[in-house]
Amino acid sequence: MSTDSRFSHKIWQEEELTKMVPGGVPFPLLSDQGGRVGTVYGVYEEAAGVDIRGRFIIDPEGVIRAMEVLTPEVGRNVTEMIRQLKAFQHVVATGEVTPSGWQPGKPTLTPGPDLAGKVWKEWKVENAFE
Amino acid sequence: MPAAKDGCVKPAQGPIGAPGVEAAESAGTTEEVVSKVMARVGYPAPDFEVSAFVDGGFQNVKLSDHKGKWVVLCFYPGDFTFV
Repeated sequence: MSTDSRFSHKIWQEEELTKMVPGGVPFPLLSDQGGRVGTVYGVYEEAAGVDIRGRFIIDPEGVIRAMEVLTPEVGRNVTEMIRQLKAFQHVVATGEVTPSGWQPGKPTLTPGPDLAGKVWKEWKVENAFE
Repeated sequence: MPAAKDGCVKPAQGPIGAPGVEAAESAGTTEEVVSKVMARVGYPAPDFEVSAFVDGGFQNVKLSDHKGKWVVLCFYPGDFTFV
């Protein structure tokens, strides 16, 4: 979503994005004219009239699970976005929780009284890094 | 999905059910402006309906129509920019 019109989105997809991704990007390009949606999401920069680089993961119930907002100069890390999405999907499906640095297939934690004070046995600092 | 793919889509509503928006538009101070932000983790995503370019055509897209699926919503500064 950006403050550009749907017409701008059409030309961008057809003239440039198709040269980066065969067939163009496979998701809708949304138009937030006037920045009204960006305002509610806390990403509208009024001085420049644009939505800055915000990213929200929304679960099937419509609840925001994660948000990341960057100033425009730095691009996103799509791998990290997908990791977070898989982690939230795992948490919802299993009731387990994912410690720092979790990747699919890595150990999870099951919260409860028995784990209090014993996390050091289950999780090492190296696990925080890929 | 709506079938309308012509260029004459009806105007999109923008934010839906956002009581802070109207008040904030007349607000002057930073505190009042900040208060209109409604997106917080752990709370319902503010609903909206916007016009969009989808599958080669124009249609309106409403966030709440995607309940039951995981949604990644990305904002970016502008088409044809660099990052």
